[in-house]
Amino acid sequence: MSTTELPFPGLRGVPTNDEPQNRKEYTSDQEVRWCPGCGDYAVLAAVQGFLPELGLKRENIVFVSGIGCSSRFPYYLDTYGMHSIHGRAPAIATGLATAREDLSVWVVTGDGDALSIGGNHLIHALRRNVNLKILLFNNRIYGLTKGQYSPTSELGKVTKSTPMGSLDNPFNPVSLALGAEGTFVARTIDSDRKHLTSVLSAAAAHRGTALVEIYQNCPIFNDGAFDAIKDNQTRSDAIIPLVHGEQIRFGAELQYGVVRDKDTGSVFAVEVADVDESDLLVHDAHANDPTTAFALSRLTDAGVLHRAPIGIFRQVQHPTYDDLAREQVRTARGGDGLESREALAGLLGSGDTWTVA
Amino acid sequence: MTKQVKQLDRVIIRFAGDSGDGMQLTGDRFTQETATFGNDLSTLPNFPAEIRAPQGTLPGVSSFQVHFADHDILTPGDQPDVLVAMNPAALRANLGDLKKGGTVIVDSHDFTARNLTKAGYAENPLENDSLAEYDVQPVDLTGMTVEAVKEFGLSRKDAARAKNMFALGLLSWMYGRPTEPTITFLERRFAKAADIRDANVTAFKAGWNFGETTETFVVQYEIKPAPMRSGTYRNITGNLALAYGLIAGATQSGLPLFLGSYPITPASDILHELSKHKRFGVTTFQAEDEIAGIGAALGAAFAGSLGVTTTSGPGIALKSETIGLGVMMELPLLVIDVQRGGPSTGLPTKTEQADLLQAMFGRNGEAPVPIVAPQSPADCFDAALEAARIAITYRTPVMLLSDGYLANGSEPWAIPAVDELPTIDPSFATGPNHEVRDKDGNVTGEDFWPYLRDPETLARPWAVPGTAGLEHRIGGLEKGDGHGNISYDPANHDLMVRTRAAKVERIADTIPPLEVDDPGAETGDGARVLVLGWGSTYGPIGAAVRQVRDAGLRVAQAHLRHLNPFPKDLGDVLKRYDAVMVPEMNLGQLSMLLRAKYLVDVVGYNHVRGLPLRAAELAEAVTHLIESTSDAVDTDIETEEVVR
Repeated sequence: MSTTELPFPGLRGVPTNDEPQNRKEYTSDQEVRWCPGCGDYAVLAAVQGFLPELGLKRENIVFVSGIGCSSRFPYYLDTYGMHSIHGRAPAIATGLATAREDLSVWVVTGDGDALSIGGNHLIHALRRNVNLKILLFNNRIYGLTKGQYSPTSELGKVTKSTPMGSLDNPFNPVSLALGAEGTFVARTIDSDRKHLTSVLSAAAAHRGTALVEIYQNCPIFNDGAFDAIKDNQTRSDAIIPLVHGEQIRFGAELQYGVVRDKDTGSVFAVEVADVDESDLLVHDAHANDPTTAFALSRLTDAGVLHRAPIGIFRQVQHPTYDDLAREQVRTARGGDGLESREALAGLLGSGDTWTVA
Repeated sequence: MTKQVKQLDRVIIRFAGDSGDGMQLTGDRFTQETATFGNDLSTLPNFPAEIRAPQGTLPGVSSFQVHFADHDILTPGDQPDVLVAMNPAALRANLGDLKKGGTVIVDSHDFTARNLTKAGYAENPLENDSLAEYDVQPVDLTGMTVEAVKEFGLSRKDAARAKNMFALGLLSWMYGRPTEPTITFLERRFAKAADIRDANVTAFKAGWNFGETTETFVVQYEIKPAPMRSGTYRNITGNLALAYGLIAGATQSGLPLFLGSYPITPASDILHELSKHKRFGVTTFQAEDEIAGIGAALGAAFAGSLGVTTTSGPGIALKSETIGLGVMMELPLLVIDVQRGGPSTGLPTKTEQADLLQAMFGRNGEAPVPIVAPQSPADCFDAALEAARIAITYRTPVMLLSDGYLANGSEPWAIPAVDELPTIDPSFATGPNHEVRDKDGNVTGEDFWPYLRDPETLARPWAVPGTAGLEHRIGGLEKGDGHGNISYDPANHDLMVRTRAAKVERIADTIPPLEVDDPGAETGDGARVLVLGWGSTYGPIGAAVRQVRDAGLRVAQAHLRHLNPFPKDLGDVLKRYDAVMVPEMNLGQLSMLLRAKYLVDVVGYNHVRGLPLRAAELAEAVTHLIESTSDAVDTDIETEEVVR
């Protein structure tokens, strides 16, 4: 089953707009203030380009961000938006999405915002499966505070705060999201507009928390961090494309593939010529068991990035927190048929009462 | 045998036992019986932070004090008249508070060598003369309970657990309490375990019958119902009243209620209660931490809900940054702080009011937040409604400062008529509010400016997502006046800081003048000393003021509902008196605010013992202040005369 055949309930409840929309309507009057060459421009352009295609009422879309370069994002979109505080966007968006079924709620965050100061909120949003789309801009560096290492920087990273090299192991955001019970976990690249757009569309269609890690270049403080997967010479050997239902193969001649180690369950890359082709792994993003998705996420280099899987690692439908929460309220409301003030009078007068004449 | 019946006007009983002995339930049931009977009452539960501290030890003692009377009373009382002690530790931990000559009823069964040692008694106090000043009644509560319930075939341990109901039965007989409510309660509570139900009901009745037949207790006491205004009443704790007040705030404003909260003592009951009332459009979100609790509430507020977060002092510390964001974004948000002893983890189950300055100033930058405080358990209902009114009307986070005593203490509540509750208009923005002009000044269209203010309240429009044409962005960065886009302009920042402060000050326009209780003032015979308080000290201050007046002295009393902004006439009121005493359960936080704002040298009266102030001690301090004030004033007058 391909991804497009899945029932896409992600936008259920959000009012649609029959009029055709365009990019301009989604562009606010604010001047964009990222550094020249920043990968954020490409993501903004992709989002402004694909939002009109969703056919939603623009006023029912909300972008919530935290703090960091990427978190300026909401200012540049002419939707409802909130530029909140560091790390807290998933928590704020959880309240927003739970309170209102008719909103399409997006979170824009970065590797510091989501994985460092806001790590707790991110994992809990994922496990609750709130109907949120989280765009995690990963540039593997702190940009807004001018160049300290981040929780996704490679070990030994020399920065302003780590002149002798960083000492802490980085997170793999996809592994983390899968470990946190993420129901939609994907990775894409700022410079690949087509892939970016397709992943964002799938995320929008997913009901539940969607985490999209976007590799994004910071030309000022971490330029070239993703060169291996962007350079025309090296990219075909570096990117392992994940397409649901297809064999996982890569390389200019598709000469590489991924097979499972039958002893450990982990997966590794091989030259197709060296194995029986039927042993090549076929990607199943819809597997309810996240084990293989996690194994695939481990193909990402933890250090300097030479190789990484790109695509949708996992996409499964589970009940969402916000739907269940609203259902409880609806069920409770249905019962007594009383007008709210009558019911309030009943509540206040409940328990052991006595009357003084 | 013939029993005497003695009339009393009031009694204070304290039930004390191990944390596993069910003292809170016993106290609560006695309170319900007393409420149903029609006495005025006030209660003080007091329990350790440990769920089950080591059995039989002093730290494990849990107690429940109830004060009831045939007239209106204000506090749970300073010193119990009767102490029910279920073991030696309970006796030792509570005896010091008992009135001299007071009655002590002890479960003699538990006065074993082992328990005595655990409580730190070298010898059995029941067998020497150390309790000579008290009327001691040793009763084998455990033994008689086990005997009474043996027909139900419970283990000895389970049988003995019903001893609290035996004690309740005995006390119910002594004070002529109605027994039906408790029997009904037990039948409901243990409906699924017939043997436990029958054992508890039987133990309760056995306790009553023991009182009636034994020769140990010859006097039954009668405390007549207190005259109360006509109406329907129920007994209510502060946390319950607060939860109801929040629901009323939502109903009266027509908004869905969204609670984002993380469990914390002593605020968790509000989360528990609200989670039962989804019928009122209430969503309760148990967040991963304090920050997420308020974050989700703020997100819901942006979405058009009445956003609420409930916590205690340590939680406020974590929420500070988000409160600041709420101040900047100017969205309605209720922040409920049920204060407890601090700093840090402090005394989780004890009361204190030392978060006032945290509420007032505990954020970066100039971040003014309105503050309201309830003065009694039932008053938590009105305080919550008032906090909702301010938050919704002025688009601002509002702090409500309750405390551990109000949260768990209870009193009769005259149930208000819903029709008479105030309504709150959220008045959402529905369309553009600003004309777009070209460079020649001609109107070319209209748009929406999220920071254009209501000239009267200075509140900005509340435009919720889903409203076409009002798409806008808000956030923590400084906003340009009117249009609300990011602005780093120095003059704009100065203007916005002052405007946010002015908006909070404007709330004072809607606060009634401070009510001052000064009986002689109208006839020109007013007091020279004012006692001014806030929050849960209302009861002790009121009781102390009565004692001072009963002794023939003049003293005025006033109590603040609003701590920020203060009522407009507060400065004038303070200056009318020669001396102002400010009793607080902190080291002088309101005193500091009053001194700073009004340059009035108020006199603090400060205790931080984790317990409500004692009325008698406070009365003494007030009396002392009255006496020294009249001396000083008289001296001044004499000096003036000499000069002339």
